[in-house]
Amino acid sequence: MTRSATTTWRRAEVVLAPVLLGLLALALWETAVVVLELRPFVVPSPTSIGAELTGNAGIIATAALSTALNAWWGLVIGVVVALVAAAVSAAVRTIDEMSAPLAAAAAVVPIVALAPVLYTMFGASTQTARVAVAAIVSFVPVYVNTLRGLRTVAPVHRDLLRAYAATRRQATLTVTLPGALPFFFSGLRVATSLAVISALVAEYFGGPVDGLGKAITSAVSSSNYPLAWAYVVGAVVVGLLFFCGSSGLERAVLHRRSQR
Amino acid sequence: MRRQVLLGAAGVGALALLWEGYKLVAPDDGVVVGELTVLPRTNDIAMPHLWDMAARAFEPVNSATDALPLWVAVLVAAAFTLGVAAVGWVVGVVVGLGTATLMQRFRTAESALLPWVVLSQTVPLIALAPLVRRWGSQLEVGTFDWQDWMSVAVIASYLAFFPVSIGALRGLSSPDAVHLDLMRSYGVGWWRTYRSLRLPAAVPHLIPALRLAAANAVIGTVVAEVSIGLRGGIGRMIVEFGASASADPAKQWSPIFGAVLVGLVAAGVCALIARGLARYRVSEVS
Amino acid sequence: MNSSAPTRATATSAGTAGTPAGTAPDPHAAAAVEVRGVTRRFSSRSGEVVALSDVDLTVRAGEFVSLIGPSGCGKSTLLRLIADLDEPTAGELSVFGRPPRVARQNHDFGIAFQQAGLLPWRSVRTNVELPLQLHGTGRGARRARATELLEMVGLADFAEHLPHQLSGGMQQRVAIARALAERPSLLLMDEPFGALDEMTREHVQTELLRLRAETGAAVVFVTHSIPEAVYLSDRVVVMSARPGQVREVVPVGLGEARDRSDDVREDDAFFDRVRAVREALHGADGTTPRGVDRR
Repeated sequence: MTRSATTTWRRAEVVLAPVLLGLLALALWETAVVVLELRPFVVPSPTSIGAELTGNAGIIATAALSTALNAWWGLVIGVVVALVAAAVSAAVRTIDEMSAPLAAAAAVVPIVALAPVLYTMFGASTQTARVAVAAIVSFVPVYVNTLRGLRTVAPVHRDLLRAYAATRRQATLTVTLPGALPFFFSGLRVATSLAVISALVAEYFGGPVDGLGKAITSAVSSSNYPLAWAYVVGAVVVGLLFFCGSSGLERAVLHRRSQR
Repeated sequence: MRRQVLLGAAGVGALALLWEGYKLVAPDDGVVVGELTVLPRTNDIAMPHLWDMAARAFEPVNSATDALPLWVAVLVAAAFTLGVAAVGWVVGVVVGLGTATLMQRFRTAESALLPWVVLSQTVPLIALAPLVRRWGSQLEVGTFDWQDWMSVAVIASYLAFFPVSIGALRGLSSPDAVHLDLMRSYGVGWWRTYRSLRLPAAVPHLIPALRLAAANAVIGTVVAEVSIGLRGGIGRMIVEFGASASADPAKQWSPIFGAVLVGLVAAGVCALIARGLARYRVSEVS
Repeated sequence: MNSSAPTRATATSAGTAGTPAGTAPDPHAAAAVEVRGVTRRFSSRSGEVVALSDVDLTVRAGEFVSLIGPSGCGKSTLLRLIADLDEPTAGELSVFGRPPRVARQNHDFGIAFQQAGLLPWRSVRTNVELPLQLHGTGRGARRARATELLEMVGLADFAEHLPHQLSGGMQQRVAIARALAERPSLLLMDEPFGALDEMTREHVQTELLRLRAETGAAVVFVTHSIPEAVYLSDRVVVMSARPGQVREVVPVGLGEARDRSDDVREDDAFFDRVRAVREALHGADGTTPRGVDRR
């Protein structure tokens, strides 16, 4: 095979392989359900899920919007608070050291477990508790990553700025902040998917009856498994939109910066 | 080191002070803007005093005569949750390592699988948890009875799997070309290269992945306990005690601290594993 | 480059005539760098390390001085002390008659390190503009100066590229352009070519000589390569390790350093000076200290 033919095939493979695998998996799934006569509570067939999805597009979208809004506001609040906190911790060493064990613990602790308590604190009939869960969950990775970014300055850059007698403000603007930007974005990427997941999961723990999580559980309890799966597809779409949003923002900002 | 411990303790203390301070200063109904409660209510139901939480932990769980003290019951539940999470973690790590090895060995497998693995990390697949609810009661594979806790472990392993497969793939592909050439010049086959070069080289990437997988497994277990309705674990206990919060507000805090404990123990175990592998982690990447 | 270089004969005659190294110093001008009895000790877990012990050194204005020695001889420490990136335990330094701190705040010197240290998110041009921007030069003037400098180092076509799109040698040339941005009368360079391959290295060395001839700056140049030190310098300061001390100062005397071209590398006089520096490094026992590049 010639070299160009190899690269062409390689490029085609990158796109084709996952698509083919996905289609193959769907086909296998469908055949398995039909041939093995699996009952819907084990797994419903993709076609029946598809039928529920198109048949109930409206109510699925409504539920998805409710969950997405909670995730969105939680994400916004969490990120803003995390940025302020990271700036303070970067400036004041003592606060950084005091918060270090709390931040480490928050990263490994199931924060959604706070959901029932938050429902009592903010009221079980409003969405506030779910927003709060999403905010706390998205706070953690953004805070930890941004702080690390603000603390990571290459020694050669530090020397350079000192040799040029740069003021603290100049050093922050020219090196520290731009250097921390990629760290912030990797935190944001984690926070985005966590915000959606936790806003949805918080619904399992109580609160008002709208949203994807509640919809899934109620579809399951009425044994309408294909509909429950259709709601899961809705959740996947919400997750994807959030993911595309944050990685699009990351790409736009980091790209524009390198264009200057 | 000592300074770190002292300041860390001061940090925890500051959090406690914040709790009590806010409770003291803010109005009972929280700060309400329009219809929206923006800052939490501070009445004793929403925010019990820390000392009430502590005192409640030493009282019996309920009024039954043989009731255990609350803290013992919480520890039992925490151990149960930790056990299920551990099973999920082990399964997730094994499957994740296997997938990564497959992807490393066969390039087509990597192009076919990797996008799906990455994609699945960004979507809330934990939403599936309620869907496996009935597996426990109705699924039988031959003479083998499917148990409810296994459904929970499946969810946990599912969440643990992703970071491990990504981290392991990155790690297995990390050896320098010069080392690979060295192995090739020794005439060493794929399997020996894998064992003596790729696997050790993967350790620095694997350790953060294992830690993340452990945290995910714990979260998955707690959430799946709630959505599947598995009794005996900390997740279910939080919801149960939360339902009676108006009568006994301090009670639900014990299982919450139990959940924190489970997360910390899981992280601690990972730290021990990392210490055991210290020889291989010259530079850990995060 | 070769077209504008002096002929081989000129270089040779200058070398064999035994002209005293460097330009004749102006007795009234303050020395570019004065180091008097400087000692620097570091305390570490395994005890105290004397990086520099009682070092004296004078670098005249416009003079090119190399510091060479085995690893751990404190040559980089000495450079960092001159740049006020570190402070001496004892002794005094001055840069153009002022304490290093004042010199640093007056932007009296340009500096380059072993790593190019370019900011990865800035274009080549804005990297060169950095010192000017930090010191409040206007946008237009900054731009003009950067363009001029990039032409000087032969990278005008790469002005809008990002550092990672450039080879190591090109990055290092950008770093040198940055060091020259404010027309400093002193350049401090810490093994700037250490990471480059031999061919790129020789090319960049010649380029540095030309640039320095155009600017007339004094240079303090840390290296571990003997031929590099000889080729570039008016004087080579040979240092010894543990404790870091000046062992010998070898005048190069290959004529004006600014007039040298690649041809000098093949001169007998050049080899003679290389031998002199090598002997100074090895001392009486003739063993090669570790960490010295013998190329």
